[in-house]
Amino acid sequence: MIQRFLNLEWKQYFRSSYWQKSILLNVFMIFLAIYLIVFFIALGVGLYPLLKKFYPDDDPFIVANGFIFFWFLGDLFVRFFFQKLPVMSVKPLLTLPIKRAKVVNFVLGKSALSFFNFLPLFAIVPFGIMLISNDYQVSTVLIWMLTMLIITLISNFLNFIFESVSAEIELSFLPIIITVGGLFALDNFNIIDLSELFAQAILYISNHPIFIVIPIVILLAAYLFNFKILKKKLYLDNTLKVKTTEAKSTNLEWTKRFGAVAPFMQLDIKLLTRNKRTKSSLWMLAVGLLYGLVFYTQPVYQEMEFLFAFIGIFVTGIFLINFGQFIPAWDSGYYKLLMSQNIQYKDYLRSKHTLMALSVIILFVLSIPYVYFGWKILLAHFAAAIYNVGVNTHVILFGGSFNRKKIALDQKAAFNFQGTGAVQWIIGIPLMIVPMVIFGVVNWLVNFEVAVATLIGIGLTGILLHHKLMNAIVNRYQASKYKMIDAFSQDN
Amino acid sequence: MIKVDNLSKSYNGVEVLNISGLEIPKGQSFGLVGNNGAGKTTFFSLLLDLIRPSTGHIINHDIVVSESEAWKPFTAAFIDESFLIGYLTPEEYFYFVGELRNQNKADVDALMQKFDEIFNGEIIGKKKYLRDLSKGNQKKAGIAAALIGNPEVVILDEPFANLDPTTQIRLKQFIKTLAEDKDITVLVSSHDLMHVTEVCERIVVLEKGQVVKDIQTSEATLKELETHFAN
Repeated sequence: MIQRFLNLEWKQYFRSSYWQKSILLNVFMIFLAIYLIVFFIALGVGLYPLLKKFYPDDDPFIVANGFIFFWFLGDLFVRFFFQKLPVMSVKPLLTLPIKRAKVVNFVLGKSALSFFNFLPLFAIVPFGIMLISNDYQVSTVLIWMLTMLIITLISNFLNFIFESVSAEIELSFLPIIITVGGLFALDNFNIIDLSELFAQAILYISNHPIFIVIPIVILLAAYLFNFKILKKKLYLDNTLKVKTTEAKSTNLEWTKRFGAVAPFMQLDIKLLTRNKRTKSSLWMLAVGLLYGLVFYTQPVYQEMEFLFAFIGIFVTGIFLINFGQFIPAWDSGYYKLLMSQNIQYKDYLRSKHTLMALSVIILFVLSIPYVYFGWKILLAHFAAAIYNVGVNTHVILFGGSFNRKKIALDQKAAFNFQGTGAVQWIIGIPLMIVPMVIFGVVNWLVNFEVAVATLIGIGLTGILLHHKLMNAIVNRYQASKYKMIDAFSQDN
Repeated sequence: MIKVDNLSKSYNGVEVLNISGLEIPKGQSFGLVGNNGAGKTTFFSLLLDLIRPSTGHIINHDIVVSESEAWKPFTAAFIDESFLIGYLTPEEYFYFVGELRNQNKADVDALMQKFDEIFNGEIIGKKKYLRDLSKGNQKKAGIAAALIGNPEVVILDEPFANLDPTTQIRLKQFIKTLAEDKDITVLVSSHDLMHVTEVCERIVVLEKGQVVKDIQTSEATLKELETHFAN
């Protein structure tokens, strides 16, 4: 039976059009995996000498154990956002003569083989070997490694418990943030010295192998708890059924002042506020807006004026980039309707353009506080905003005509590459690199003021040519109409 | 009037539709039947310019559909759920389509009153998004939306499938009334031979992309079709 399940898994993975179509994405994922593996190995190998260097008076093994608490919290936190329990795929199995318990065991067992559980081993094993080669007792180190593996698996199953709790409530990040943040705070403000407690416990287990039953019992408990929730959920009317929410009506009368594009703007706003994928990418706005702080708070970057334009483009254009890169794929679910209705392509695209331009203006206003780091930054951001409105809105609309992938609106956005194609990777070049290079070169050849004026000038030219550019873009969309309809009607 | 000339569609060398000539006069209620893969949906998609014909063309009221978009204002269709916008409520969806067809809210509301019987209180005012409605109710909403703005050509792919018996009977009645209007051309496809013979004046049978029968509906039609498909 297990063989059959594994066979199904294999086919599910390699036969998905998602895998077959996007080689670029797979290459990227493989590189990311290799990068992480190398990083973890380096950590495992390098930790011992590093600790020796920074804490010459302490035993590196004991110091390392002091960090395990934070490792555990970090692990839990990252998993919550990136690791999912694939429950949906078992739906076809429910009517077949397979015991529910078996299906549940399979789903849970499979999760133990996740990349997230192997990754820590790449650090744990080399570190263990380093310990042994530095004359630590072999049995102690082996028990320690085993304990670490069990801890990893515990966080694997704890994560699914978090997810099932989170699925019930509106603000789904809250439980994990409260728990992880709370534990961290307890430790950090010395209310309960959890990191020390953790370290002591692990050290004790390493020296007294019999006590390894304690983490094993915790692991079993976590597993059984998951088993219980999951088994209850394996009914069509529970998890497997998509949840329905009560529709809220929104007053969008203000869009009327935009004339012919109003119905599309209303549609776009509803699109943004009512779907999982778009809603979670709205969170990205906050991240994008604060992105400048990463650079401006460090004096090194204050000297690099060419970066101001890049950050300006990013900060004022985060919505433009996020939303724009998937035009018109956002509407892929009902593209046939739009194409057979009495609509003008131009109005449809102008609505997206207006939204993006508005967002740039709003984000610029919100980013004014960056003036704290200097007038030059505000000036560069202003130029970048004009450039975004005049040039980038058109560039991204044009790039959109090459989109050939359907977007599933009901999925989370974090680390979701569904619907991503070559367009999303290539569009970044004209969008961000080009203005940065223009700005940087003029700044270097002439001076800062002229560089700002150049960006503004190019942006204004784009605004003046808006109608001409839109006509060209509309033609591109019209030319690829059939291809888009065909691509959007395929599930991936 | 809809005129089909030399129309064919092939995918990778395999021909899925080939209609050398077909004329549907204005006001006719036209039924399309055929087994799975016979080319019904392909024909409707060509009529809506959603796919490009391999050869030939369709002329809808003097407009070649693959060359001009001027047929859109007087043509409306419901093919499948991909014509619905899942994150809108039915009302919002109707008003949206209404706006595209230059109808104000009052016009749309008036039309929807005619659908009261068919909707059976399950569509309007339910505070549900279209994506959360059952398949049958989605279909009702889609069909209703296709009639907004007084279209002269109405295309419905499998309108009776997925509907409960009561709604099937009510919808049949509704389409019949629609078909009696001599300004409206109704094109319907169906697997249900009984429904389609009741609703349509003329029935065309497709088989592997070819027209194999073209019948003016009469008492004997149902029998004839049943014999045809039994073999």
